[in-house]
Amino acid sequence: MSILVDADTKVVCQGLTGRQGSFHTAQCLDYGTRVVAGVTPGRGGATELGLPVYDTVAEAKQATGATVSMVYVPAPFAADAILEAADAGIRIVVCVTEGVPVLDMVRVKAVLGDYDCRLIGPNCPGIITPDSCKIGIMPGAIHESGSIGIVSRSGTLTYEAVHQTTSRGLGQTTCVGIGGDPVRGMNFIDCLELFEADPATRGIIMVGEIGGTDEEAAAEYIADHVTKPVVAYIAGVTAPPGKRMGHAGAIIAGGKGTAEAKYAALAEAGIATVRSLADLGDAMVRALADREDATPGVSPIERGGASAAGG
Amino acid sequence: MENSAPRFQRPFQAKGSALNLHEYQSKVLFREYGIPVPEGRVAATPTQALHAAEALGGALWVVKAQVHAGGRGKAGGVKLARSLDEVEACAAEMLGRRLVTHQSGADGLPIDRVYVESGSDIERELYLSLLVDRSSERVAIVASAAGGMDIEEVARTAPEKIFTVTLHPAAGLLGHQSRRIAFGLGLDASQSASLGRILNDLVRLVHECDASLVEINPLIVTKAGRIVALDAKINVEDNALFRQQKLAAMRDPAQEDERERRAREHDLSYVSLDGNIACLVNGAGLAMATMDLIKLHGGEPANFLDVGGGATAEHVEEAFNIILTNERVKTLLVNIFGGIVRCDLIAEGVVSAVRNTGVDLPVVVRLEGTNVKEGMDLLAGSGFDIIVASGLTDAAVKAIEAAERAA
Repeated sequence: MSILVDADTKVVCQGLTGRQGSFHTAQCLDYGTRVVAGVTPGRGGATELGLPVYDTVAEAKQATGATVSMVYVPAPFAADAILEAADAGIRIVVCVTEGVPVLDMVRVKAVLGDYDCRLIGPNCPGIITPDSCKIGIMPGAIHESGSIGIVSRSGTLTYEAVHQTTSRGLGQTTCVGIGGDPVRGMNFIDCLELFEADPATRGIIMVGEIGGTDEEAAAEYIADHVTKPVVAYIAGVTAPPGKRMGHAGAIIAGGKGTAEAKYAALAEAGIATVRSLADLGDAMVRALADREDATPGVSPIERGGASAAGG
Repeated sequence: MENSAPRFQRPFQAKGSALNLHEYQSKVLFREYGIPVPEGRVAATPTQALHAAEALGGALWVVKAQVHAGGRGKAGGVKLARSLDEVEACAAEMLGRRLVTHQSGADGLPIDRVYVESGSDIERELYLSLLVDRSSERVAIVASAAGGMDIEEVARTAPEKIFTVTLHPAAGLLGHQSRRIAFGLGLDASQSASLGRILNDLVRLVHECDASLVEINPLIVTKAGRIVALDAKINVEDNALFRQQKLAAMRDPAQEDERERRAREHDLSYVSLDGNIACLVNGAGLAMATMDLIKLHGGEPANFLDVGGGATAEHVEEAFNIILTNERVKTLLVNIFGGIVRCDLIAEGVVSAVRNTGVDLPVVVRLEGTNVKEGMDLLAGSGFDIIVASGLTDAAVKAIEAAERAA
């Protein structure tokens, strides 16, 4: 089991004929993702990576039955691409493109409410259900099918969480990189809700960073609605106020959005946190063991991986 | 659509990332959009300031230092002058100096220009700003009757004095929202109508200029009952600069940290900090996490530096060059998670950067990901003094030890 995407998911790529789109789609195909078509306006009828290219998402969807789109089109055109996909009836849009103007995203979010369509990103690594479906730019090889759901605002921090859960023998159900922009699609809470409902997910790792108050909102949500063990890490304890730390969304402003405030909210909600990125995997192992010690009928062997070593 | 709760979040001046306009530049835009501002002229020399005051006429002028930091008034960057001689003297005192305010950092910012403005008869001082509110994901207008004060202070001590409305993109600013702000500020009927026009113009400016922040503090009511923007601050979102060529040309590199500017020109993201362990990392999140790890184990990071997902040899070398201009740096910590780009290629890039920059400080490298063993072997056999770390914690500890030895 997994959330949002699995081995049957059919994917179109908007921007397939661009450098990024073509490179990463080739990697997705190698991984086994069912990418079925590309969309590049004006290039309809062409073939790229052996895939048919269409002028519009609507045509691509009609011809292939795809339900998911991954977007690599350049930032000035990304908002239009997202809404084109939604309008064509695409159910999940994964927008990898970085640098989308925030006012474009304000409009996208207002319009997207009219559609039954989820957006992941922009400025995100994408989503992966290991061994089944990779949609985005993450390195497939570090993932392993397993029992942990991962949701993160940062690409490389997602990879660290993946690497540690893989090396501890836990593996992942699905990993969602929700992106580093201030106005974006799916948020922590959306993913937490899905992981909670997914029977295969035994524990959840949440990786946040400075800026905004989404981690605080997630903490409150977890306290009220999530029964599975959650381990959280927040990047940016040492970030100075007023400085944007790479991601557009990673900025401490008006005294809000500090890592300490987020850690405090998580602690208040009773959520396990780690102060060192290196401790995520071990903390998840511990959290699962604690939970299962408290749950009779689960044998120690099923806790699997708790003894695996790693750095 | 409306919310009186003070979920106020002003982006501070984010140097080296957003495009900050000077007051004089912002006021040019205000005039273009029909937003009332006092008459004023910019000057780069005391003589120009004198001529500006002469041309403006009157008997009261304000000389204002043009720097990218708030808190100018308290720091001596805003002075009243009651004669042309005083204007010239104020300008002479400010120009060529650096102004240190609570937002400028300890080194302050250079005053290359002053803005000479006609004095105003102030009846009341108000606060007004427009920004992208990330919790509602909409443009918000924030207003307060406590103008001239630090808005964060007002939010803390008297949140009931702050009014916020958020704009639905399809509806824009509605009449009742303008009225709500005007009544909240205690304006009379004619002033309310003026404020409504100003708000409409400001909303248009935000959208047409991709402003991530427009702040007027104070917005004044004059003794004659006019509403005038006495100050003006505009930040333009850097993601939108591709369609804001005119505004992009207004960038003032002198107000930016030299290393941050240079990094931006090379598509790197760099922020200066006060410690002695320089970090070179791929990914913004991992770059912050690396700084946090150093601090957690008792060290002090010298910078945030994200070389981007690719971490190419060229990027790594330029990053080394930027880092090495900081004399406080005693050790370099390279932390790369090689995903799509293989670790052996990244290792080659690091080795060539060490060779080409001739760095004579300890370099600690932690690699993880695809082909990590080949990458580590390459580093260990490079002939250079590269300390290979076996994990995140090991990397932080080794970097701190190396910095202590070098100190």
